[in-house]
Amino acid sequence: MSTEDLIETFRAQLRDDPDVASAVAAIRALLGFLRQDRGETIQGLRNSLRDAIDTLSRVDSSVAVSSGGELFLRFISLTSLEYSDYSKCKEIMIERGEIFLTKVSLSRNKIAKLCHPFIRDGARILTHAYSRVVLRVLEAAVESKKRFSVFVTESQPDEAGQKMAKALRKLNIPVTVILDAAVGYIMEKVDLVLVGAEGVVESGGIINKIGTNQIAVCAKAQNKPFYVVAESFKFVRLFPLNQQDVPDRFKYKADTLKTGQNLTEEHPWIDYTSPSLITLLFTDLGVLTPSAVSDELIKLYL
Amino acid sequence: MARPAAPPAPGPPRSAPPGAVALHPPRFAPLRPPRGRPALPGPPRPERCRGRARQRAPGVARDRRGGAAGGTRERPAGDGTGGAGPRAGPGTAGGGRDRRGGAAGGTRERPARTGVTSPRPAEEPRVRGHVGPPGRQGALRIRTGGMAEREGGNPEGAAPVPAGPQAPELSREEKLQLRKEKKQQKKKKRSEKGPSTESAELCAPPEAGQPRAAAQPTSPPAPADGPGDSEKPAGGKSKAELRAERRAKQEAERAQKQARKAELSQAATTAKPRQSPTEPQSMVKRLPEHVQVDDPAAQRKLAKKLERQQVPLRQDYGTKVNLFSHLHQYSRKKPLTQQMSIPSTVIHPAVVRLGLQYSQGIINGSNARCIALLEVFKQLIRDYSTPPNEELSRDLVAKLKPHISFLNQCRPLSASMGNAIKFLKKEISCLPDTLREDEAKEKLQDVIDKYLREKIVLAAEAISRSAFEKINDHDVILVYGCSSLVNRTLCDAHAKKGRAFRVIVVDSRPRLEGRETLRRLVRRGIHCTYVMINAISYVLPEVSKVLLGAHALLANGSVMSRVGTSQIALVSKAYNVPVLVCCETYKFCERVQTDSFVSNELDDPDDLIVLRKGQAQLGGWAENKSLRLLNLVYDVTPPDLVDLVITDLGMIPCTSVPVVLRVKNVDQ
Repeated sequence: MSTEDLIETFRAQLRDDPDVASAVAAIRALLGFLRQDRGETIQGLRNSLRDAIDTLSRVDSSVAVSSGGELFLRFISLTSLEYSDYSKCKEIMIERGEIFLTKVSLSRNKIAKLCHPFIRDGARILTHAYSRVVLRVLEAAVESKKRFSVFVTESQPDEAGQKMAKALRKLNIPVTVILDAAVGYIMEKVDLVLVGAEGVVESGGIINKIGTNQIAVCAKAQNKPFYVVAESFKFVRLFPLNQQDVPDRFKYKADTLKTGQNLTEEHPWIDYTSPSLITLLFTDLGVLTPSAVSDELIKLYL
Repeated sequence: MARPAAPPAPGPPRSAPPGAVALHPPRFAPLRPPRGRPALPGPPRPERCRGRARQRAPGVARDRRGGAAGGTRERPAGDGTGGAGPRAGPGTAGGGRDRRGGAAGGTRERPARTGVTSPRPAEEPRVRGHVGPPGRQGALRIRTGGMAEREGGNPEGAAPVPAGPQAPELSREEKLQLRKEKKQQKKKKRSEKGPSTESAELCAPPEAGQPRAAAQPTSPPAPADGPGDSEKPAGGKSKAELRAERRAKQEAERAQKQARKAELSQAATTAKPRQSPTEPQSMVKRLPEHVQVDDPAAQRKLAKKLERQQVPLRQDYGTKVNLFSHLHQYSRKKPLTQQMSIPSTVIHPAVVRLGLQYSQGIINGSNARCIALLEVFKQLIRDYSTPPNEELSRDLVAKLKPHISFLNQCRPLSASMGNAIKFLKKEISCLPDTLREDEAKEKLQDVIDKYLREKIVLAAEAISRSAFEKINDHDVILVYGCSSLVNRTLCDAHAKKGRAFRVIVVDSRPRLEGRETLRRLVRRGIHCTYVMINAISYVLPEVSKVLLGAHALLANGSVMSRVGTSQIALVSKAYNVPVLVCCETYKFCERVQTDSFVSNELDDPDDLIVLRKGQAQLGGWAENKSLRLLNLVYDVTPPDLVDLVITDLGMIPCTSVPVVLRVKNVDQ
């Protein structure tokens, strides 16, 4: 499968199902790539898969794509050394890839089931930008007959908050769109903050749309719980010490990186929230505290 | 056995004789051997060490043969005292008897009066303990004082019994029974020293008869006949007899104890934590001795143990600050070697040398100390030879104990050394039976080399590589004190020439270790600034990250490091500067500490005396009743002040230390 075909498959996935996470689309594309691979050795297969993951990261520079791809690779290559027959090996790998994909597609529902009990009747929730997982959680809360209202930040520069507000209105949830600058003002009115994540790092902190860190700091100052919902394929082996330490390839969109212009003039798209500001993380591995994330990561990656 | 004309080389060869180290050695003289692996003396002295090993065997068996030794004191005293003579040392009556008993026991191994097999009766129970299925971990605990009673019970010159290798396999229950008996004897001895009111009950015969009958069924019946049947005919009968006698004695004692317990339970309202004597000993966590200096009972126990091992006890020096009165405080001017004769016949000279190097501060830093320790242990193993009728796996561990006590007296063991010793003891005790002695020794040397290479050398490389990712261009890195790992990281990062960074070295009195760091970094061409610790608020606004070393990482994520580290972490947190700690996984401890008081080390308070303009400030501190000097060595940094720990397993947050410990335990 050539690079262009791979990218086309990936883009097609995103187009056909706008609700799918970009990492899931990437994994589906990788699975297709795996099926059509003509290589003869395991090592060659792994190398070509790694190249494919790189290609996809260059298309969509989000953290989730690279972490999801990495985890996919690890998951399928766990048993690769047991069979000497290459085609048998490949079959096993494809099978495991399917299992991984199924698990990953179910993760959102699992998270919604874990998280919606934390939303009480009459709660006022603050959320940030457009997150499909948060949407799923709020959907589950509505299904369990809870009444609550939501504040969404506008989330410039792409006004993702408006998209979120539209989706919420369809679910008949009372929603208010606020300015990004108004978070400090509104914090005393809300009961809890619920955000998604693009990536969860080893320290237990998260990488998310720019503005999340501000919200977390305000929430901490006013003692409001700050909850994060993220699937487990977003766990990544990064350990940023501060904002500067996040690698540039995640901070900016893929197209911007390709043009190679001076990045100091660009606005970053993501920021890093430190684990001390996060109360709980809801993942398909369970409800975790930030310090438990490292434990899970060690289990996943070692 | 006696070696009055021992080879003249003293304990620490090539350096000054022991008397000279009473002076303060120059601490920062460039002639100091480089940190890290110390150069060991030349060739070992095989014949001497072999003799010593032979001497040691009876020495170790001293407490066991105590009873027998008493009986054999009439033996060629000249021979025995010849060996005991040079060991003047802290000789008490009991100690003297032990030593002589040991020497006499040693002579017994030579053509004895009662024939070749006469030592066997004393040895036989011990030999019994040796033989058994592999997995002898539990069996190591067999050596207790209980043996003494048993020896006493054995008639001298009893009928010969088969030698060690021919003794049959003991069943598990038999071994358990032996162990329990010994433990009871120990408990009985201990309680004998307790309230004297109980002593009356000790000699209560009527109760003995009744409970004995009751106790009979409790003793496992199978082993009574089992080994008797499977024993080789030569000594079978006498063995069974001896065992029967012993069991009778056990039951008598047990009965007495139960009777005493009955009295106690009537009198006392509190229930005893330990149940019936047949239950295995409960896992009561005991405080280590080195944090119980103000408890006289614990110190007496320590003194006895050291006396038994023939290691001198180091005296504390100077009045201590009240808060730290539970810790030892020694003076560097009074090294331990002044209290022992050099050459010592119990402690290997390489170990004496190492102990001196520790106590005088010549070898500093947890990695350096651990490496030096393992190298010396390798030498010990090379010079070791198994005495006859002993198993290497058991005897070597016993031989190591006095050396470890000695080193502990010279300077309290660091966490890294403690872990290394634990590892080594485990490796020794897991040696398979089938190996010959030289094979086993070589295997141990390989194991130690592997540990050194993997856990220290390769780990340092891995950490250096991971830390390199965290060093950015135009970084200003703050370091404190002298950590071999941090120095290596910085030197490697500089050598890679990818990043331009500069270093601020923070130093503190009285050790002034930062000067050594400064020297090393400047030599490599790294741009450095040097400040004292009271200036950190001044420099921190321009610092981009702080890189610290660690002495140990505790199970709750706290970092134990040189005193001053937690201060740096605290101020860095206030300035929002990330704090990174570099630590190898072999320094991870199962201990938990939330403060720096509970377990620490007190250095020589005289170090704080400073010579300025010809006047020694604080020189007369000892005379001033209301002045105490405190020279702490370590402090504990809480985990929330540390942002990242770089280990050879990768970069982990401080809170994940117990995860690593768990993973390590699973691996082992």
